[in-house]
Amino acid sequence: MKLLLGYRKPAPGTQPNHLYPPYVSSIKRAPKQPLISIPITLSEITGPSFPKEIASPKAFDLTRQQKGQPLGERITVSGRVLDEDGRPIRNTLVEIWQANAAGRYLHKHDQHDAPLDPNFTGEGRTFTDEHGRYRFITVRPGAYPWKNHYNAWRPQHIHFSLFGPAFATRLVTQMYFPGDPLLEFDPIFHSIPEEAARRRLISSFDWLSTEPDLSLGFRFDIVLRGREATPMER
Amino acid sequence: MPGHSTPSQTVGPFFSIGLGHLNRADFSEGATGERITIQGRLLDGDGQPVPDAILEIWQADADGRYHHPEHSAAPNDATPFFGFTRIATDDHGGFSFTTVKPGPVHGPDGKPQAPHLQISVFMRGLLKQLVTRLYFPEDPLNASDPVLQVVPESRRATLLARQSSHNENTLEWNVCLQGGDETVFFDC
Repeated sequence: MKLLLGYRKPAPGTQPNHLYPPYVSSIKRAPKQPLISIPITLSEITGPSFPKEIASPKAFDLTRQQKGQPLGERITVSGRVLDEDGRPIRNTLVEIWQANAAGRYLHKHDQHDAPLDPNFTGEGRTFTDEHGRYRFITVRPGAYPWKNHYNAWRPQHIHFSLFGPAFATRLVTQMYFPGDPLLEFDPIFHSIPEEAARRRLISSFDWLSTEPDLSLGFRFDIVLRGREATPMER
Repeated sequence: MPGHSTPSQTVGPFFSIGLGHLNRADFSEGATGERITIQGRLLDGDGQPVPDAILEIWQADADGRYHHPEHSAAPNDATPFFGFTRIATDDHGGFSFTTVKPGPVHGPDGKPQAPHLQISVFMRGLLKQLVTRLYFPEDPLNASDPVLQVVPESRRATLLARQSSHNENTLEWNVCLQGGDETVFFDC
């Protein structure tokens, strides 16, 4: 009988709990019963893989999807997708979405009184290469107000969605920018208990990917769960 | 360089910008097997509908094969069934999708698992996804399923879809985030 290798549990403090009352929306949406641990089966260690056609060759460049150039500070966001053992995760889908430079999303429910940009949808996707590398060209998103508490503002961020090799490696997260003064006050960022873990969501300014006369570079590496070393006996 | 996995953050309210391209309400196209529609609602701790959520579904084909290299029985693309979709909830917290009923997949002890769908739930207010399963009513394998067996008996019903009284080939299944009928969510 083939023994199944599961995926490692996150170290304590490195992932948010579902309930974090300062993030008010979590109060009525986080489950109250404890999660139930289950044996690893094929259903958790398999997962979807996608044909390359679902990301057009232009989909990595959010500044060239419309007729004109979007307003804002042009940036390159690049990095690697690795597992917890440092192995590259190849050919995996990376999806991003973000507000425009004014802090407004192209979404019918975004009521923030900031202008839409006809040249910016805020949607991007690509696949990692053989070394787990990805790259997006976009504009730096604006901060925006939200209703969580009085005078609440979200720090500038880009949403990231990744699959990795299995249902168990699925990750949705947000990338932040270095030196953003709003991070200190953001309950979503602070929902991650451990400071070192929080800091892993802050990209770094990167001269190597900064292109002269074109765009500033930011680097954001993403780590997905690693494989258990030995089969689970449960 | 071993490291810790990147922390999760909420999808927020506007995820459809980046994620909507994979939404498909009918992902049974071209697949063989029993077509089945699942309908339900997603409800929060006040019993209010959640209009801004997505469900991601991952499942085996009608022969119990995952289209993934980890599954040694995976078909060599002879069948087109792909096994994944995304569904957004509507303004009333409702969702509906059509698929084929998966076959039993073997479990950790070599015995078959009962047919099931793997489901991840994402929404504003959830700092990381919730993971659950949908099982099919009156399937004889439910009684010995290795995952259902670790769920307290009093809560198993939350994982079982019910036959719709209105439509044949339609099942009803709600996701309750809290309350007396709180859906069982897994740590896996």
